[in-house]
Amino acid sequence: MEMGWRWDFTYEILPQMAIATLNTILAAGVGYAIALIVGLFFLLAQRTPSKIFNWVNREIVEFIRSTPLLIQLFFVYFVLPQFGITLSAWVCGMITIGLHFGTYMSEVYRGALEGVSKTQWEACRALNFSTIYTYRRIVLPQAFPIAIPGMGNYLVGIFKDTPLLSTIGVAELFHAATAVGGYNYRYLEPYTLVGIIFLTLSIPAAMWVRKLERDVNISQGKIKK
Amino acid sequence: MTYFEFLNEHGITLLLGTVTTVKVLVCSMILYVIISMIFGLMRLSKNPVIQGTATVYIEFFRGTSLLVQLFWAYYVLPFFGISLEAFTAGVVALGLNFGAYGAEIVRAGILAVPKGQWEAAHSLNFTPAKRIKRIIIPQIFPIILPPAANLTVELLKATALVALVTVVDLTFEAKQINSITWLSAQCFGTALLIYYIMARFALVPFLRWLEVLAARKVGKEKA
Repeated sequence: MEMGWRWDFTYEILPQMAIATLNTILAAGVGYAIALIVGLFFLLAQRTPSKIFNWVNREIVEFIRSTPLLIQLFFVYFVLPQFGITLSAWVCGMITIGLHFGTYMSEVYRGALEGVSKTQWEACRALNFSTIYTYRRIVLPQAFPIAIPGMGNYLVGIFKDTPLLSTIGVAELFHAATAVGGYNYRYLEPYTLVGIIFLTLSIPAAMWVRKLERDVNISQGKIKK
Repeated sequence: MTYFEFLNEHGITLLLGTVTTVKVLVCSMILYVIISMIFGLMRLSKNPVIQGTATVYIEFFRGTSLLVQLFWAYYVLPFFGISLEAFTAGVVALGLNFGAYGAEIVRAGILAVPKGQWEAAHSLNFTPAKRIKRIIIPQIFPIILPPAANLTVELLKATALVALVTVVDLTFEAKQINSITWLSAQCFGTALLIYYIMARFALVPFLRWLEVLAARKVGKEKA
């Protein structure tokens, strides 16, 4: 076996890797969208008046947050068919990522809502604003900038966790690299390429999140230009 | 097969896997704490070369996926004549990856120490090394421990990935039992429970205890 970097092999596998990269981005995007919505449901469940319901919800969130995503993936992928629900690897992966990061998103939302001062609520009460109006015009616009760093970080976080999907057979970037590597028995180029592709996507994404955070803070008058 | 019979037959295997998981966790924890300290300090250095090195390291390991780094350490390093055992590769990859996140926590912690402390140490004519060691470092622990605790729970979860480079840990055993018996709910369910118990009733209380200890050390009692 030839040692060292082989450019011809790199060029040969590049198109395959590029297509797989699109799948990775798609998986991260869909997973993120689901997580955003699931997070809202967990948040709503936290804010119900029922004590028992709150406790159950908190324990579920705690359980999902303190167990590995990898085993959750296996659990969903292998256990659901036992109950007669057969889903494709894609769907299983998206559900699991959505649930796992949904619990994190709910914490981000909660922190953001709690970051809005209590007096804002009281003022709205005094002005006889309805709850919906208070949320829409007063609370959410103030909570949003607090939530942005957390939301952005989890977008990057989900993106970096998508390689786990390869373990249940989702044809994303890492899966393609493993397949190509196994077929040619050369792992140097595929895995290095995966690393480079991840770097070139996640560093600009992280920078964009930082800029967004700054822009929102400026528009809210929190920091000066 | 009832769940009790399942545990009777495969419980020992899962427990042995758990022992390996704990070993991986402890080793990578030690490694990541050391790396975080070193690179956290380097990140604040005035020397551009030292600071640049730390920045590149941190951005690199935070920018690529842990799984990719793990596979790289295990499958690609042999191309360069460095063959690591699976366990070592796993611990090194985890330590390096979490060290990058930890370094940012350490950096933020050092910056959060009030400026007056630096100035006081300076006016008492402490050497820079003594200043860091005796004044600054002891004070950063109450600041960095809460975020570090979160990171350490993430580390416990991340140890599951070493199963993919053939380290025989809890995840590996669960997968193995699953492929033999196809009792997926039982074996993955048990594995999830064990991880949950480790995180919730062992690791988190231990880290809370450390937080209280650190707060007491600098005279800030914590309820």
